[in-house]
Amino acid sequence: MRCTTLAILTASALSAQQSAVDAAGSYAAAIRSLGTFFLILLGLIFLIVIALALIPLTRRHRGIEQEPLEQTHQPSHGTETRLGTMVGIATAVTILILFGLVVASVSVGKSIAGPSTHANSIAVEITGNQWWWYVRYANLDPSRIVVTANELHIPVGRPVMIRGSSNDVIHSFWVPNLQGKRDLIPSRITTLWLQADRPGRYRGQCAEFCGLQHAHMALWVVAEPAVQFESWMTHQIEPSVAPSSPDEQRGKEVFLNSGCVLCHAIQGTPANGQVGPDLTHFASRMTLAAGTLPNNKGNLSGWIADPQTIKPGTKMATVPVKSEDMQPLIDYLESLR
Amino acid sequence: MRNSFAALALFAACVAASCGSSAKQNAAAITGGDPDRGAHHIARYGCGSCHAIPGISGAHGLVGPPLAGIGRRLYVGGSLPNEPANLEHWVRDPHSVNEKTVMPNLGVTARDATDIAAYLYSLK
Repeated sequence: MRCTTLAILTASALSAQQSAVDAAGSYAAAIRSLGTFFLILLGLIFLIVIALALIPLTRRHRGIEQEPLEQTHQPSHGTETRLGTMVGIATAVTILILFGLVVASVSVGKSIAGPSTHANSIAVEITGNQWWWYVRYANLDPSRIVVTANELHIPVGRPVMIRGSSNDVIHSFWVPNLQGKRDLIPSRITTLWLQADRPGRYRGQCAEFCGLQHAHMALWVVAEPAVQFESWMTHQIEPSVAPSSPDEQRGKEVFLNSGCVLCHAIQGTPANGQVGPDLTHFASRMTLAAGTLPNNKGNLSGWIADPQTIKPGTKMATVPVKSEDMQPLIDYLESLR
Repeated sequence: MRNSFAALALFAACVAASCGSSAKQNAAAITGGDPDRGAHHIARYGCGSCHAIPGISGAHGLVGPPLAGIGRRLYVGGSLPNEPANLEHWVRDPHSVNEKTVMPNLGVTARDATDIAAYLYSLK
């Protein structure tokens, strides 16, 4: 029983935190309110229309022999005028309601477009790739630039400007708990503002079909209080930690002497590939392969040995690793906190 | 006629159901572990990225052998006679059995290994 609860908790920790109706920030709350407003108003109109349509059905016919109305009677002048007025009123009301909905949409669109002042905000570049997210924290001081992947840490209560682009096809950045979608378009920069008002982990995913592994292109947004965010940032700026055991040292050598370095970078080592995710602080991330699997040694070994079975079509190459090198390699990578 | 079919189906369902639970009971009795907890640990350690394991979500890996029917095999890890203590030993420290194996040591605790063995022996 306890085990089942544990399993459910683990599962929900990784899967249930992606919901547009559970708003964690003011932008998402505005979108949710608009949705609720539309739902209630249009629901009411639907009910009224159905009720009006039901009234004639429930009326008793005067007699089945009676011929259809239009064949027997010319409507009187009075009926004609009354019908005309009613149709006119209905049209006017419809236009008014639609206009009201447009005003509501536009004003919500304006309110979620960004904060009134950019003071206190941070900027993050997000670049879509088939099928993972490149994340870069811009800074005027180059030594304070942070590059990571598939995980976006943001401080609670501060506006975050996402500058999005794409390296290949059109992707769409969508974290439903925080904001609406924004397309990431090759050779173009699109912007989006996020703000989380309560700490939490919110799942986002690509919302524009982008190829075979579109469904396995997720990212996690970790919203945390300022102190934790700053300590995360300070840690991410650091180069990778040095191996702390002969086994990890061996793993580092395996990494540096294999094809891994052609695509991946680990700051503090000669590995400087720019094709795949930066692995400097790989072990600090929750998932691997863009949200495909929880990040642990078991999943990592399967991912390295046979990425195409786990994520068919992934650009991660199947790099031949000698069987006895697998253990040091995963021990080293999982030491990169 | 229809009634006898229904009775047969019911009987088959009962047999299947009792088999399922008795396989778990047997596996628990042989190993002293809890198969349900074992399934949870298998998912938690990430065994499924290398092994196809019935009943574990997403466990379709092709790196290692599929683990269905592992209880009917004669050897585990290529050399150890298939018995609970050996299976647990293999799960916890495969390199002590075969230093060239690609199967990693995932730091599985003794208690977790017992539960994992219980789950694996409950597989048909």
